[in-house]
Amino acid sequence: MPLLLKLFFSFIQVGLFSVGGGYAAIPLIQNQIVYTHHLMTLEEFTDLITIAEMTPGPISINSATFVGTRLAGIPGAVLCTIGCILPSFCICLVLGYFYYKYRSFSGVQTVLSALRPAVVALIASAGLSILLLGLFQAEKSAVVLSDFRVVEFVLFLGALFILRKYKASAISIIFGTGVVGTIIYLITGAPL
Amino acid sequence: MKTQEKKVIILWKLFKATFLLSAFTFGGGFVIVSLFKKKFVEEFKWLDEDEMLDITAIAQSSPGPIPINASVILGYRMAGILGSLTAILGTALPPMIIISVISHFYTQFRSNRIIAIALQVMRAGVAAVIFDVVINLGKNVMKARRMLYILLMIGAFVAAVVFDVSAMLIILGCLFVGIADLLINLKRTKKEGQV
Repeated sequence: MPLLLKLFFSFIQVGLFSVGGGYAAIPLIQNQIVYTHHLMTLEEFTDLITIAEMTPGPISINSATFVGTRLAGIPGAVLCTIGCILPSFCICLVLGYFYYKYRSFSGVQTVLSALRPAVVALIASAGLSILLLGLFQAEKSAVVLSDFRVVEFVLFLGALFILRKYKASAISIIFGTGVVGTIIYLITGAPL
Repeated sequence: MKTQEKKVIILWKLFKATFLLSAFTFGGGFVIVSLFKKKFVEEFKWLDEDEMLDITAIAQSSPGPIPINASVILGYRMAGILGSLTAILGTALPPMIIISVISHFYTQFRSNRIIAIALQVMRAGVAAVIFDVVINLGKNVMKARRMLYILLMIGAFVAAVVFDVSAMLIILGCLFVGIADLLINLKRTKKEGQV
């Protein structure tokens, strides 16, 4: 099978079988790219995951683009990404259609109402994980209290205050903390 | 003509918003969902809050990347299949552009001190945005004044944070609670109807 087609079908499988977001996709991609098709070494793959985590965007899209670019240039990147998105597109379009068709039914509303508090909790839990990464540079199971980072804590409180008080946009807040925090670290020369 | 013009404006706004938000989304799917909520519910007022939470639940439970899943449904809601494709394009392009550029000099990127600092401190900003959204959402759950929903929220949080239960399982569990709640309601109204 030509390389491009192989890549395309590999990433369709990644898109189709990775349920539950980002990290669920990593072993699948590893399996397809490293073990089944031998398109990358394990070392290259580890680099890929590091970069995917450092850059914005979903890990599977990042990996698709990375693998595609390295193995087949821009066409490879586009094809891998389309492959990765295609199952999502088909499945969610159908689900979205049914959701909007039936969501006004009161029975459906009753069931959905029980899901919403859980979604709020899940968003909160994702927020907590990122906060811990920011304040301790560690996952929640590996937090060491002495690693507490004052600069990030002040940035977090300041950003939250501005958000609550002035309803600032998300992007200006994220970009702003990036700029202010980097300047503070560079001026004080604090170790990262 | 006028409605067509309006549709073009909506598509452009949709593309611009998803593109910018996707370019700044570090961290998992729930991060971009809170940014979507802030933009599309609070700023544009295109959707109501419940709708956004429902879309999140569907996006989380479907295969594939959560931001893409949410974009598909959000886009479909705003402008049909064309809207879906627009939102996908907006969400997928930034990581594609960034990664294809970085893949050419990723060793330099990885060891650059300024980039490492910026990426680390930005987490504080991302966390602040999520907490801001969570405060608004949590307030509304409390406002509904239904013990069941408050307990579900607390239970789901403890399950996710303390016991590392997967998001998928938590949503599935609450789905069953919702169905049970519906059945109890139906039984009750039936009984009242007979009296």
